Order: sequence, then structure tokens, then C-alpha cells
Amino acid sequence: MKTSKSKILTNGIITSNPVFRLVLGTCPTLAVTTSAFNGLGMGLAATLVLVCSNALVSLLRKVIPDKVRIPCFVLIIATFVTLVEMLLKRFVPALYSALGIYLPLIVVNCIILARAEAFASTNRVGDSILDGLGMGLGFTLSLMTMGFIRELVGSGTIFVGSLGEAEFGLVLGSLPDYAMSVFVMPAGGFLVFGLLMALINWLTDKADKKRKEKLVAEAERIEEMKHYLDEMAENEPEVKVENLDGQEVEA
Amino acid sequence: MTYFLLIIGAVFVNNFVLCQFLGICPFLGVSKKTDTALGMGLAVIFVMGVASIFTWLIQKLLVLAGIEYLQTIAFILVIAALVQLVEMVLKRFMPALYSTLGVYLPLITTNCAVLGVAILNVQAYGVVGGESLLQAFLNGVFSGVGFTLSILLLAGIREKMDVSLVPKPFRGFPITLIAASIMAMAFAAFGGMIS
Repeated sequence: MKTSKSKILTNGIITSNPVFRLVLGTCPTLAVTTSAFNGLGMGLAATLVLVCSNALVSLLRKVIPDKVRIPCFVLIIATFVTLVEMLLKRFVPALYSALGIYLPLIVVNCIILARAEAFASTNRVGDSILDGLGMGLGFTLSLMTMGFIRELVGSGTIFVGSLGEAEFGLVLGSLPDYAMSVFVMPAGGFLVFGLLMALINWLTDKADKKRKEKLVAEAERIEEMKHYLDEMAENEPEVKVENLDGQEVEA
Repeated sequence: MTYFLLIIGAVFVNNFVLCQFLGICPFLGVSKKTDTALGMGLAVIFVMGVASIFTWLIQKLLVLAGIEYLQTIAFILVIAALVQLVEMVLKRFMPALYSTLGVYLPLITTNCAVLGVAILNVQAYGVVGGESLLQAFLNGVFSGVGFTLSILLLAGIREKMDVSLVPKPFRGFPITLIAASIMAMAFAAFGGMIS
């Protein structure tokens, strides 16, 4: 099986986007996306764990016995989660407290175990790292989209966050006064997730239909051409040859 | 009274699924029919109760040894082993219960609700004295009850939704999520009950 590097990378971002297409890792998707910055932080933390665990699982794929592979994968993932937890606590304490309990819960994020099992345990290290990167970026992008919508409607701001001393973000005039806070509450999380998924389903259906129509049109054209050729062959003037006696013979 | 508040809080106010977003995967995945939802719910109550006790003991050991930073790794391994053990014990001694819960048990290992309740227990009650153990156990069991309640409600709604006409892009997960959203709005009303 030979797939191109770029295909491995984009697979996770578009074709099998972990959040909207595979519906994996729904807990953090709903819980931490009250703002785009939190979504970005969670996404990057998960991506880091995903890339590292994919790389290590792939390196050890010939060493780990098949029967105990799941506990081994879980142990590897838990180790990297602990590392990321320590790093965030030290360098980005604001994000560390915003993500709260969902940070250690990256361990049970199905995306990571699923990629270890489905991809890294049978593929080479380079490809596994790319796969982890693609899936992680797909996850991050989905989380940021959710966070952006919920933050905009729910608090009236765009990408508010802080990194160390620096604070950034955009407060949209008096929009925060009219913000619908239900969108940053759990109910809004479910709602935005459901609507986004429906939108993506609709777009994919439309794209599929268009592709199908194109194929049908192509097939019709080929059919027409065939028909035309047949007709031409039928209407071809018969070549008649007369022999010396004046009788017609088949050419 | 504290225990009563703890129970109400765990089931309604801080409902695991609808207010804290823990255990969403089984909530969406195993809620097609009410009987499977009930099976999953009972298995979660059982495992969460047992896991609360065991992780309390593990945390005590970790604190004694001064290695609390290993919490995540230790908890997930203990929970995985525990689920396996529960499965074997049920199979041997309670085959009737095993036949109802058996298929759901392996799924629970990757259910973030179990690891979540363990971490939340430690954060909220600590590991000092027998009272914190009782609180952790009650919180575990009744968080499980809250999970069962919400998954059962959703399963009931989905059974009705199967026979209604849903626009095509909304079929499956999207309409389920929107139903969950409305449920979450209802549960948000419990928020004022305990200050």
C-alpha cells in the first residue's frame, strides 16, 4: 500500500476529520470550546501528544506483543499527557487552569488511541508522525471553528486570550452587552456542534451529488458518441463492385 | 444534609453528561435504544462506584510516596485493570448480571467519565479521613446515576425521532446533538438549586 505523504497529512484535516466526520473526541470538543483560544490550546496539546505517541508506538511496533498492545498504547499516551500537563503548568498557567480536568482526560481521547491502533501500529515512523500531525491539525481546526462561533455569539469577542504577560483579542464594541450567554453554556456547545455537523453533511451531500451528476453527464456523452459512431458505421455507403458480367458482388 | 446535597448535585446540578461534558462518546453512541442505554448506564454506575474507592486508595499511596504527578498514568492503568477484573469476577460469580452488562464493560475503559470522576473526587474531597472516602464513593455512584438518567432520556427521544421526518443533513448525529442541547437547557435550570 503506497499513499503519498501529502495524502496522509490531508486525510486527517479534511477527508476523515476526527471531529466532524469520525465523531471522535467529542468530550473536549464540547467542553473547552467556549473560546477560540481555549480550542487552539486544547488542539495543540492533543496534537503534541498525538504526534509523540504515534511516533513511539510506530518505533515500538515490532517489540510490543499483540496481546498487550492496548495497555502499552495507553501507557505511552499517558506518559506524554503527563509531560504536556507539566509543560503547560509551568509555561502557560492560564491555559492550564482553563482546560482544567480535560487536560489529563486527553489520555482517554479516542482519537489518539484510535490512531495508535489503526495507523501507527502498522506504519513506518515518518508516515505515523505525518498522520498524527494531520489528525491533530484537523482536531485543532475543528475546535477553533467551534470556539470561534461560540465565543463570538456567546461573549461578543474574537480570540481573547493571554500568553504569559501578553494579552490579546478583539472586543467588538458594545456586542458583549448583547451576547447570548447560552452559547458558552453546555447547551450552546451541543447546539453549535449539531448545526455545524449538519452543515458539513449538507455540503458533502451536495459535493457528492455534483460529482455524481458530472459522472452521469460524462457517461451520457460517451453513450451519445458511441451511438453516433454506430450510426455512421451503418450509414456508410456500401461499396458496390460490378463484375465483368454487370452483376453486383459484395466488396 | 451534606450527603443529600451531594447526591442531588451529582445527579442533577452537575450532571456528568449535560453539564460537564464527560462521557459523551457512549452518550451519543449507545443511546439508540432504551434497553441498551439502561445496560450501559448500569455498567457505568457499577464501575464508577468501584473505581472511586480504588482510585482513592491509589491516590493515598501516591501522596504517601510523594509522586502525585503520576496520577494520570496510575489512574488510567488502575481503571483499565479494574474493568478487566470486574468483567472476570462478574463472568465467574454473577453470570446473569454479566450477560446484561458484559458487552459494555470493555467500552468503559475509554469512557472519560470514569477517569473524570476519579480526578474530580481527588480534587474535591482529598484523601484525608474516612469521610472523604464515603463522599468519593457516593459521588462516583450518583454521578453514574446522573449519566444513566441522561442517556435514558436521550434514548427515549431518539426512539421517537426514528419515526419522525428529519431533514436529510440532520439525520443521525446532528439531530441527536440538538436534542441533547435542549436537554442541557432544561438541566441548566437545576443550576440555581444549590448555591
